[in-house]
Amino acid sequence: MSIGTVKLKIDGVEVTVPEGTMILKAAKDNGIIIPTLCSLEGLTAYGGCRICLVEISGSPKLFPACITSVSTGMAVTTNSEKLKEYRKMAVQMLLAERTHICSVCVADEHCELQDMANQLGVDHVMFERNWSRDEIDSTHDFLVIDRNRCILCTRCIRVCDQIEGVHTLDLKLRGKDSQVIMDLDEHWANSCSCTSCRKCAKVCPVGAIYIEGEPIGHTKRKDIAEFILTRRNRK
Amino acid sequence: MEGLKLKLDDLQRVAEHEVDFQRAYKYRINVCCSSGCVPFGALKVLKAFEDAVKEFGVDKECKVARTGCIGTCSVGPAVLIEPGDYLYQSVTPEKVREIVRDHIVLGLPVKDMLYKNQAYFQKQHRLVLRNAGKIDPSRIEDYISAGGYSALAKCLATMTSQGVIYEVRTSGLRGRGGAGFSTGQKWGLVARAQNFPKYIVANLDEGDPGVFANRTLAEADPHAIIEGMLIAAYAVGAQKGYIYIRSEYPLAIQTLQKAIAQAKAMSLLGDNILEMSFKFDLELRFGAGAFVAGEETAILASVEGQRAMPRPRPPYPANSGLWKKPTLIQNVETLANIPLIVQNGGLWFTKIGTSKCTGTKCFSLTGQINNPGLIEVPMGISLREVVFDIGGGVPDGRKFKAVLVGGPSGGCLPDTLLELPIDYDSLTKVGAIMGSGGIVVLDDQSCMVDTAKFFTEFCVDESCGKCTPCRAGLARIKEIFDGITQGTGKMDDIATLEKSGVFIRDASLCGLGQTAPNPVLTTLRYFKDEYLEHIVEKKCKAGKCFKNEKEA
Amino acid sequence: MSEIDNRRLLLEKVLKEHNFQESALLEILHRAQEIYGYLDKDLLMDISGSLNIPPSHVYGVATFYSYFKLKKPGEHIVTGCLGTACYVKGVEQIMQAIEAEFDLKRGGSTPDGKLSLLVTRCIGACAMAPSIVVDDEVIGKATKGVVIAKIKSVLGGVKAET
Repeated sequence: MSIGTVKLKIDGVEVTVPEGTMILKAAKDNGIIIPTLCSLEGLTAYGGCRICLVEISGSPKLFPACITSVSTGMAVTTNSEKLKEYRKMAVQMLLAERTHICSVCVADEHCELQDMANQLGVDHVMFERNWSRDEIDSTHDFLVIDRNRCILCTRCIRVCDQIEGVHTLDLKLRGKDSQVIMDLDEHWANSCSCTSCRKCAKVCPVGAIYIEGEPIGHTKRKDIAEFILTRRNRK
Repeated sequence: MEGLKLKLDDLQRVAEHEVDFQRAYKYRINVCCSSGCVPFGALKVLKAFEDAVKEFGVDKECKVARTGCIGTCSVGPAVLIEPGDYLYQSVTPEKVREIVRDHIVLGLPVKDMLYKNQAYFQKQHRLVLRNAGKIDPSRIEDYISAGGYSALAKCLATMTSQGVIYEVRTSGLRGRGGAGFSTGQKWGLVARAQNFPKYIVANLDEGDPGVFANRTLAEADPHAIIEGMLIAAYAVGAQKGYIYIRSEYPLAIQTLQKAIAQAKAMSLLGDNILEMSFKFDLELRFGAGAFVAGEETAILASVEGQRAMPRPRPPYPANSGLWKKPTLIQNVETLANIPLIVQNGGLWFTKIGTSKCTGTKCFSLTGQINNPGLIEVPMGISLREVVFDIGGGVPDGRKFKAVLVGGPSGGCLPDTLLELPIDYDSLTKVGAIMGSGGIVVLDDQSCMVDTAKFFTEFCVDESCGKCTPCRAGLARIKEIFDGITQGTGKMDDIATLEKSGVFIRDASLCGLGQTAPNPVLTTLRYFKDEYLEHIVEKKCKAGKCFKNEKEA
Repeated sequence: MSEIDNRRLLLEKVLKEHNFQESALLEILHRAQEIYGYLDKDLLMDISGSLNIPPSHVYGVATFYSYFKLKKPGEHIVTGCLGTACYVKGVEQIMQAIEAEFDLKRGGSTPDGKLSLLVTRCIGACAMAPSIVVDDEVIGKATKGVVIAKIKSVLGGVKAET
């Protein structure tokens, strides 16, 4: 059975992609990078960070490129002034939400949030910054979680559930109080289901989950989910 | 009667039998025993009436009925005596003997105790609340005798599912949960989906603070909801339904549980409904204190037993809802309209309300107002009529300042907008929403900055935390409000509030985030001077803010 | 001891009624809270095992909804309605008076475990605002005096020691 293709325009460029492709992927395959923080190939889409919002002509609404599929004749704008402004706003809100200090962060220079702020030209934060002081959990032999740096993208939760298959991680509480937890909100060392597989540290976009004593540049491997998944499905 | 498996023709007989049974009584005393009146002693009043009619020997000609909300919640317990619709207010057990003696025995209504504000009811149009306060919600026979389940019978006997959808579409009915999507169109989408089984979820997660219309409906007329669901199920081809109800509504839950059991016993739910080849099962699901669970996709997650986090749409629930199956999600108020539309035809419904917004809407009228209560008005009625004619205006000689329409994510509208007709589109235009029908009146003792802060706090607490704008953004807005109301506000704050409010509105994932900035944006639009007063002069005319400084 | 066993039996019945279905997690948490009064970690681990759901998922659901209590509540529970109508009608002042009188904060309990003060977002009795619920009784059109007197009477006339 052949899958149909769809013709659409992204930033004025006509592209042809398979039916059902998400705008984010369609753009990427054609050399247009739409910034995102929560999306990661190989994991289900989440649609939470709202960085990848794009405009589709004919609609006043904005659409998250990671979970909006292409359709014929669609004209997508990925980089209007309004979108740039909104992305800057989202990044500022994330920076103000918890304790993000690049100079003392393990992920400095390997951080997707930092990169994004640089790329978007975020040179100040318009909000009062909220300095969270949550306890850092370094009880595990080598995995550390510093929730003060977490941006709640849930990549770690998804990779733990969908790729490793143990679902040690989840979110507790809600709203601004949401936190990533292990099992029944245990210290990491007491987690009865964690397999210490390190995938959570590999996919974390920031310095919230990292491996103690290992240079962050060696730790991060953002293609891990897609790598495993494609090979797992190939029988 | 219970335990009888009804056939299609039996329904009429049950109704006639019940009407005869009720006609044997000369008087009917309806005692409101809804959540509004019970805390004021309604159950004691009910008992007192039962005792008093016996004492005066009129228990053979007087039916004392325990009913749902009569609508005058501010003067409860309310008692309605038929015939003649004599409405007694603030009845106490001590007054009951006098009422029975004078009104029933002597035939002289006790004028002093009657509810005098006739205007309260004059401008109302009761469709959804047609039976509220008139029937005993714990007796299915009462509902049947009032014409209940005859619309279902009509559907099963004479209409195709397309025919039902056609009538609903013709009626122009729009979802009463807030967004105002065309009900007929939604049904068409679910009916067309070729994926089985299909589900129906009735939304009774009335999380808006200050709103109690759905609760009242469930307490007063639970079968209207069930019948609406049955008709919807027949139209879209669903065999399983859930009513998702707040666990904070114990009386509504009990009432619905009893109603479902009765309907099952009479074969109005289950297999072979009314001996026809139509099957529908209904279960209650309980919320657990999360406002966001009322959002269309979050309610699905909650019914599935998960964190009530909204899902991105598309895919729409009509195609991929509960367990990825086609699902019709409908507010209970919408559903309660359905039997009437089927019975009277879609065209009949279009004659009520306005051309774009047909029918009526229930509102919980509260705040600084003389006649708070539950009202039902035709769409298109002006805010002024609701606040002043029905609501009786602001008490204690104070001045009207603003009216908040649409719950915590509604808009604060000033007196200059009082002529605004209440319908989905007009409200959206001025920055408010229909929401689930909350109208809160504020007088000149209220501070608009403080009010906007209160609603923002609510939304911060209730945000699910999934998307950045709603989670991280609203929390920043709240901090800015803390500053402004504590004396550290800056002129920049106004621009920051405006910019982030617009961003949160446009960029949030679900309805909660998209509407949460409404109170902020509307107060900035209509009451900017109060913000300036707080920031520049560090003054709050209403005396609500800067409390910490004063006490220190 | 026998009481505890009975509770587990009741829970078992609930689990069976729901066929140990994952989708019934919310109903089961509701019933478990009715049976045990609150949801402690052992109980959540038990439910996680019975329904074959990861513990973190159960914990995530239990903490998402504010109705579920993970800590043992006080013997008597006072709940203030912080709905819009109650707020407009001044429930905040009553809440502050309760906090001052019984020396506790909302969300917390008195040190002797006799009294907990909770808040809810609207009990739906808005026409009688402000409303405070003392144990299961709703006090409408509440005032400081009436509410504090009521709390004192349920506490047995003795003011909570600070």
